[in-house]
Amino acid sequence: MKVLAAHLVDTGRYHRLRCRLGRRAQQHSPTGFSEFLRGWRGTPCDVVRTCNLYQRANTVSVSDPISFADYEPGDFFDELIEPDNQARPDAAPLVEVINRLPSGDLLRRQAAIERSLHRMGITFTVYGDTSGTEKIFPFDIVPRVVGWMMWRHVEAGLKQRIKALNLFLDDVYNAKEILREGLIPRDLVENASTYLQPCVGLKPPGGVWCHVTGTDLIRDADGAVFVLEDNLRCPSGVSYVLQNRAVMKRNFPQVFGSCRVRPVSDYPSRLYETLQSLASDRVADPTVVVLTPGIYNSAYYEHSFLAHQMGVELVEGRDLVVKDGFVYMRTIEGPQRVDVIYRRVDDTFIDPQVFNKQSVLGVAGLMDVYRRGNVALANAPGTGVADDKVVYAYVPEMIRYYLNEEPILPNVPTYICQRDEDRKYVLDHLDELVVKPAGESGGYGMLIGPHSTAEQRAEFAEKIKHDPRNFIAQPTLSLSRMPTLIDGVLQGRHVDLRPYILHGKDIWVLPGGLTRVALRKGSLVVNSSQGGGSKDTWVAAEPGHGDVDTQTDE
Amino acid sequence: MLSRVAESIYWMARYIERAENTARFIEVNLNLVLDQPMGVDQPWRPLINASGDEKVFDKHYEIADADSVTRFMAFDRSYPNSVISTLRNARENARSVRESLSSEAFEQINALYHYVNAEARSGVVLDSPTDFFDSIRRHCHLLTGILDATMSHDLAWHFANMGRLLERADKSSRILDVKYFTLLPTVDSVGTAHDDLQWSSLLFSISGFEAYRRQHHMIRSESVVDFFLLHPEFPRSVLFCIENTEWSLAAIARGATDERHAVAANLVAEVRQRLRETEATEIVRFGLHEFVDSLQSDMNRIGAAITQTYFR
Repeated sequence: MKVLAAHLVDTGRYHRLRCRLGRRAQQHSPTGFSEFLRGWRGTPCDVVRTCNLYQRANTVSVSDPISFADYEPGDFFDELIEPDNQARPDAAPLVEVINRLPSGDLLRRQAAIERSLHRMGITFTVYGDTSGTEKIFPFDIVPRVVGWMMWRHVEAGLKQRIKALNLFLDDVYNAKEILREGLIPRDLVENASTYLQPCVGLKPPGGVWCHVTGTDLIRDADGAVFVLEDNLRCPSGVSYVLQNRAVMKRNFPQVFGSCRVRPVSDYPSRLYETLQSLASDRVADPTVVVLTPGIYNSAYYEHSFLAHQMGVELVEGRDLVVKDGFVYMRTIEGPQRVDVIYRRVDDTFIDPQVFNKQSVLGVAGLMDVYRRGNVALANAPGTGVADDKVVYAYVPEMIRYYLNEEPILPNVPTYICQRDEDRKYVLDHLDELVVKPAGESGGYGMLIGPHSTAEQRAEFAEKIKHDPRNFIAQPTLSLSRMPTLIDGVLQGRHVDLRPYILHGKDIWVLPGGLTRVALRKGSLVVNSSQGGGSKDTWVAAEPGHGDVDTQTDE
Repeated sequence: MLSRVAESIYWMARYIERAENTARFIEVNLNLVLDQPMGVDQPWRPLINASGDEKVFDKHYEIADADSVTRFMAFDRSYPNSVISTLRNARENARSVRESLSSEAFEQINALYHYVNAEARSGVVLDSPTDFFDSIRRHCHLLTGILDATMSHDLAWHFANMGRLLERADKSSRILDVKYFTLLPTVDSVGTAHDDLQWSSLLFSISGFEAYRRQHHMIRSESVVDFFLLHPEFPRSVLFCIENTEWSLAAIARGATDERHAVAANLVAEVRQRLRETEATEIVRFGLHEFVDSLQSDMNRIGAAITQTYFR
């Protein structure tokens, strides 16, 4: 307290800060305030931000501790709380800990976490704001707990699905048997903009096309798990999984003692192993790099984070050059050969000689080197055809066809507007359905029927009639919810889950994933570009399983 | 090491050093002005002149006073050499090579930028400018310490070291040049208490007052010039910076058989040799401003050679 006061006087801010905090905070809870200040560490701008948060929290509830006692799970499936307001078994210890926290504690920790994220520079720039404002991706302190039974089911389902999807990719770019058998309409695949002609006939190592996958899962009103989307191109978000865990352990260590949480920290080494395994056997000690579009890409932080964690170079297209059938990076000691590229540049931008001629993000001649087997790419170019939203509807068929198994994780029922019958149904029920364009991602260009206006529906009806191939529709699911700290109170907010799957020699699913939460009340859109935040995701260890995250291990 | 990464680290270090020196620049003048006898015309003008950016300043500001010069040199986002602009550039460069720095180093650069950014927007700096510029200096010292203590002293570190030292050499020489532009009230004032004060505040601005006193006790213009340009051990003297740049260049080129490494190294050796063979009295006779001018063009040539050798 003294140190802070002295520092504030030093920087001429003491008076201003006092005014800003107002007498209100002090009146309400003087001890809480000084306790809060005692724990304070950071720069003056942090202090102002934190004080604002504190004040906001105080105006909502000063004396009441935050607890689950008044929490309303509502008519939704809630991930932590059962309808009778009891905690679900795997979440019980967590709920207990939170209920017993002293007043103001949870908010203080939430503020501390936001400060950490800001300090670590895990921020994005607000476009069009020249004063240099930066925001952190919203993070919510209440973690999601995934029970071990459910996880076992999810893990098996994801492994099955990625195996089938890889067989599908290898098939459609080579033998095309599934198309010949007519299980999937030929034109649907071959005319998709994501079906890349230059990839026809390619044979990636081990027949694996998609090495890194982030699959979006949702749960319905009964808690059943569905696959909403397969992200097979450059799925992002795994850095948030790791960082969310790291800041939670730093700022809320005591909760880890109560739950047996499986660790996620080995993802970078697993990723590195997967990438190294792709190099040709002729290379003894393969050089792996991460290829980024550059610092203005919204996922740049993640690219840099992963390169850092794996201890490999982060390169941009201009750092690479093709010479005599190999790829080299420009170093201060001259060119150095690269064997594996984890590309975070869209496939149509990786080589201006073959794909997008205007691209400055790629490397001229890269595809040629790839075809010769002198460099490995993860993911292989061309994987987008399997996460087209129309092709998605056929994944259960693929599982039956290639693996002769029933899908473990079902798809969300999907209407394909190209089919006359489906289209008629969709046009008649636009107010109930979610309509999505086939080739978009990030939650853009969607119509959410129940929340739409008649005008928007009319506009979409025209779009669908004009280009039926480009649209699918799905029933509006009542996504599961999670208690989330909003304005100082725990409120239910909708969530999804994106686990990450690595496929090198084996398939490995990271025990955890990115839980995205729609922070706006009632909203079903969890994308960070549209007001979504994230939560730490805890997969509970199976009974008798010793590998858990503890507060001491980092 | 990627050429692009080497270049970004080099510039990151240069920009940080530039921000620190600009802060020192302003700070020294703040002190100087407080002791200025009445009637000195435009005491803030020399700062603008020594920066070499008079034209830019005159385009946007009418008079050079404490307020306008501080705004221009510290917070003007449209002026590329202002503290806020250089820190933004430093951070952009750091961001693009984040994986080659230690996390602590990146976080410190980030914290420094946010600190200055918040102050720039709050507008209260001018109430207590010395505290503000002092904080910037501390932040920069902290960063230097972090780089030294948390990174391997490998190629990346040597590029950072080189960037820092070359920038520092340039800026130390410019700070000395402020004196050339600062007119004394009359010719008779040479050697008076007032003249003394001006030289002392220059020494303060490179944190060298105490080190100077220990060695020379009395303020004499030749000794100050010697201290600024030719001192072999003081870490902000031009000679010290050049000799350590030479050391880092040698570390980078170690083991390399490539001829091209020699270009920058030979240039630096040449400048070092010239400084070693020059006496302060000669410099004063030859003309301090002219000497500083030629030093600066030498350093520009060294910078260009490094760019050509390692970044292209």
